[in-house]
Amino acid sequence: MHDLVNAAWWPPVWALIKIIIVLIPLLLGVAYLTLAERKVIGYIQIRLGPNRVGFRGMLQPIADALKLLFKEVLIPSTANRFLFLAAPVLAFVPAMLVWAAVPFGPGVAISNMNAGLLYVLAIAGLGVYGIIIAGWASNSKYAFLGAMRAAAQLVAYEIAMGFALVGVLMLAQTLNLSKIVEAQAGGGFWSWYWLPLFPFFLVYFISGVAETNRAPFDVAEGESEIVAGFHVEYSGMGFALFFLAEYANMIFISILTTVLFLGGWYPPFNVAPFTWVPGLIWLLLKTAFLLYVFLWIRATFPRYRYDQIMRLGWKVFIPITIAWIVVVGIALETPLRAILR
Amino acid sequence: MMLTTTILFYVFSAILLVSALLVITARNPVYSALYLVLAFFNAAALFLLLGAEFLGLILILVYVGAVMVLFLFVVMMLDINLERLKEGFLRYLPLGLAIAIVGVLEMVAVFWTAPIGRVPAPGPIPANADNTRALGELLYTHYLYPFEIAAVILLVAIIAAIALTLRRRPDTKSQAVGKQVAVAVRERLRMVDLRGPKP
Repeated sequence: MHDLVNAAWWPPVWALIKIIIVLIPLLLGVAYLTLAERKVIGYIQIRLGPNRVGFRGMLQPIADALKLLFKEVLIPSTANRFLFLAAPVLAFVPAMLVWAAVPFGPGVAISNMNAGLLYVLAIAGLGVYGIIIAGWASNSKYAFLGAMRAAAQLVAYEIAMGFALVGVLMLAQTLNLSKIVEAQAGGGFWSWYWLPLFPFFLVYFISGVAETNRAPFDVAEGESEIVAGFHVEYSGMGFALFFLAEYANMIFISILTTVLFLGGWYPPFNVAPFTWVPGLIWLLLKTAFLLYVFLWIRATFPRYRYDQIMRLGWKVFIPITIAWIVVVGIALETPLRAILR
Repeated sequence: MMLTTTILFYVFSAILLVSALLVITARNPVYSALYLVLAFFNAAALFLLLGAEFLGLILILVYVGAVMVLFLFVVMMLDINLERLKEGFLRYLPLGLAIAIVGVLEMVAVFWTAPIGRVPAPGPIPANADNTRALGELLYTHYLYPFEIAAVILLVAIIAAIALTLRRRPDTKSQAVGKQVAVAVRERLRMVDLRGPKP
């Protein structure tokens, strides 16, 4: 065993094993998130949702995946062939890359890097290239309009998102995601960052909904105005990759909100029955709850008008975050510091 | 380990140089912008190889994640006619060459006098070196005033850019959201007691 760990080929192989351990459950999670979405929205709208394939529709995601695999990949004759095919990959790869820094337990991550928070913020912003390039390469007006909307929306909300993370940074004093969670230890749910950073928590999660192009911020798709937006020309696996990227990003935003604001793997109460449950279960439970909120929001709110989205991003969220950064900064200079840290 | 780093350095540098060249030679401006993104990426990778993770990630975050998105946005919106752009090529060539020569001479002068290249190579990076913290401590203590002045200059530039491009268009119909939110029921709704003639 010792020789094995010291061998030169072992670190890359071990990294590969870790990647597989994370990505396979993630893709399964994505598949069942699509089913959960249809079921949850079905029940909210007093329908049953898919219930034909397998027990209560449990095999529906697999049927969907097979259908998409066997569909013909169409390329519009006036499209830019290379970029048209590259765009879904460019959307999908960042959605997978961000998982490198996500901590699943104390120090347990594919790469427990020091600048994890910066890394996820930098890589998560890259997914928009897939969308922009898809819109442009399709050579279609609707696709192009969707791409433009996505670009403007992403830039607007990424600033608010970054400022929200500054608040976390000020309290945790570290960019390492695992250490950020550990900084929230102590009491129960009241020692997590959602309480002192409540505006940031809301701004971050809502910006996350906007960044993933989910309802009510899904104007990049906006099927009632621009058909399906940036992916209107895509079929088969090209479409499936966009879909996978969107749902993987949803799970990522949920798990990151959990890590940053909801105490990661810590139980809500530090007493007996809660501490028996393993940390990973708590992490996944909180993530699942936030994912439910994603679906709940989609089933509840009508789509925002485009100018309202821009106003919310630039004129509401950014001022709120800047003001709260000042509040946190002042609080850290008072005796409150002992409680916050 | 050293060998891997060296190989990676040459790979990233080669891609960086090729993509930087393609930025200026690509025929399609959208391709140029995308090659620039690739160049930024490889520059970030070089920073990471040096152990400067903060600089590398900030490069991706700011330039790739925001600046280039807006660039692409603009380049895609404009209908750029390349033939028209190329018309003036020969006419501007002497001026361009002159500027290029001055630039090269200045760089030669700098490299000649400054001790770049003669600085001893940095030792191995200690594990868990946190250069984000180191950079922050330097910027906010030792270089606080230059840092703040740079911030103010940027702020002035932002305001100037907005002031230069701001067009007031009184004829457009946009909603005053503040008024919409502040509205009260009695301003909008008037209850009228209609009493018709008796049948």
